[in-house]
Amino acid sequence: MNKIRELLTDHIVDYIETDMITVIVEKSKLKMILTLLKEDKNLQFTQLIDLCAVDYIEYGKSEWQTREATSTGYNRGIKPTSHSRIDFSDETDDDDYELCVIYHLLSIKKNLRIRIKCFLDNSSLIIPSVTDLYAAADWYEREAYDLFGVLFEGHNDLRRILTDYGFIGHPFRKKFPLVGNTQVRYDPEQRKVINEPVDINPRTLVPKVIRKK
Amino acid sequence: MSDYKNFTMNFGPQHPAAHGVLRLILEMDGEVIRSADPHIGLLHRATEKLAESKPYNQNIGYMDRLDYVSMMCNEHAYVLAIEDIMKLDIPERSKYIRVMFDEITRILNHLLWLGAHALDIGAMSVFLYAFREREDLMDCYEAVSGTRMHATYYRPGGVSKDLPNVMPKYMLNKNQNLDQVEKLNYNREGSLLDFIESFIDRFPKNVDEYENLLTDNRIWKQRTVGIGVVSPERAVDLGFTGPMLRGSGIEWDLRKKQPYEIYKDLEFDIPVGTEGDSYDRYLVRMQEMRESARIIKQCCNWLKTDNGEYISSNYKIAPPDRDDMKESMESLIHHFKLFSEGYCLPVGETYACVEAPKGEFGIYLISDGANKPYRLKIRAPGFPHLASLDEMAKGHMLSDVVTIIGTQDIVFGEIDR
Repeated sequence: MNKIRELLTDHIVDYIETDMITVIVEKSKLKMILTLLKEDKNLQFTQLIDLCAVDYIEYGKSEWQTREATSTGYNRGIKPTSHSRIDFSDETDDDDYELCVIYHLLSIKKNLRIRIKCFLDNSSLIIPSVTDLYAAADWYEREAYDLFGVLFEGHNDLRRILTDYGFIGHPFRKKFPLVGNTQVRYDPEQRKVINEPVDINPRTLVPKVIRKK
Repeated sequence: MSDYKNFTMNFGPQHPAAHGVLRLILEMDGEVIRSADPHIGLLHRATEKLAESKPYNQNIGYMDRLDYVSMMCNEHAYVLAIEDIMKLDIPERSKYIRVMFDEITRILNHLLWLGAHALDIGAMSVFLYAFREREDLMDCYEAVSGTRMHATYYRPGGVSKDLPNVMPKYMLNKNQNLDQVEKLNYNREGSLLDFIESFIDRFPKNVDEYENLLTDNRIWKQRTVGIGVVSPERAVDLGFTGPMLRGSGIEWDLRKKQPYEIYKDLEFDIPVGTEGDSYDRYLVRMQEMRESARIIKQCCNWLKTDNGEYISSNYKIAPPDRDDMKESMESLIHHFKLFSEGYCLPVGETYACVEAPKGEFGIYLISDGANKPYRLKIRAPGFPHLASLDEMAKGHMLSDVVTIIGTQDIVFGEIDR
């Protein structure tokens, strides 16, 4: 534990111990720190267990704020702009996001885990790819690009991976509606499958509530 | 001789050996693979995004549908994550029940893998044998949860029901006469634990049967020995876990190295391969089934002597007894709140993982203090495994791709999520 702290202390923004050691790093030092962790004889973080992105834009924002009872059901308390969008007439801003890329490393030799978080500035979603350090990063980075739009510099095959061929948008950003933007159906007149805007009404069954004890 | 050029071939997504909806774009030089590009996502359901819109308990059912042949292990990682953020202690009995069902799940998964893998490369009968035993284990699932596959049995705080005292029996029907029904019911007279015990007593002999069919089988060896060899260093670099990593000779098992629940009190061994080929991974998984049987036996013995609680009595998280709800106002309120709004977790984040049959199944959960996950990342073991298909298949023949898909134990529910 202390070894990690000693090794990284000059290079990191923050050091937290929760379920595992969590360090917050700057983008410019990310690869240097990963190399340090991988090559240090006492640590040997040789395996990238997981890589994912998170959109922090709605962190800590609750949807449910009404205090009095009414008779109109749950929707009364939900702010229309809070979680993706409730109504399709709502304007959404596609630039609304706060992305963070998170790496989980495992040291099989020393039986240690570490989490590395790297926050991205909205002005540049480019982050260095770690595929040259960890072969496992290949698909994880494609996934993070596909779902969140993080661009990994140095990845030599940054294609979409999980969404459909020709998909538009990055669906796991918080502002992307849960029901999606388009739906497909077979059109008998044109005799082909067509894409059109969704016509189902998004609804919230259980609002997001934050209760402070 | 005319000049041959490489050609591109499409494999799947509707190929029976693709184990689901895998589409491969293969670049072939004659019958030799030059590169393989898996196209995944045909089963993408955005489970992680759906989970962000539902209270914690309503997501347990989604976990079953990830790796749909090792259902309870997925639930396990999810409830562990919630319990970890809440710092919730659960009753000892529920730990044993969970471990027992984790191991039942491991056998279920490996039996399906064995049957499908053997079927893919030409051994029909193993499939039928494997499914005979799977049937009994699915009955165990059904006895505790009411469903044969998607159990939703684990809950934060324990499990949803205690083990039943009576094992459900076959009833007389138009396809079976009384003698046949009685024969099917011979080990169902007692409780569920009696039934599991009788299964475990005969199961090692069943594994011997499968091994008889395959282990020294010449065709089986020709199809698996030396196919898809991965060195230990590459296996780590590629993010392999579970039998894929152990097949390459690295002794790494979360049940031993980072034990959760009561694994540290149990006796079992970790089988490890030496060559890192498909045959070694086969041997590792076969041995794992025997070890799982040992673990289940120990859990059975413990559970038989215990009468403790099966779920936490913290009614903010676990529902109160149904009978109490009729009498007690407080129980009714707890019940109503739990099933409408759910419960709020403290602010925090955690990565909880279990040794699922396929490898390390992890849940990275971020909570912002709400009644729903802020972000739920599912770390599926199959995802990095399939990512290595290109490397593993390169230079092999087309028919070996089928072996490699089989040995990776691919299930699309967890890869596409």
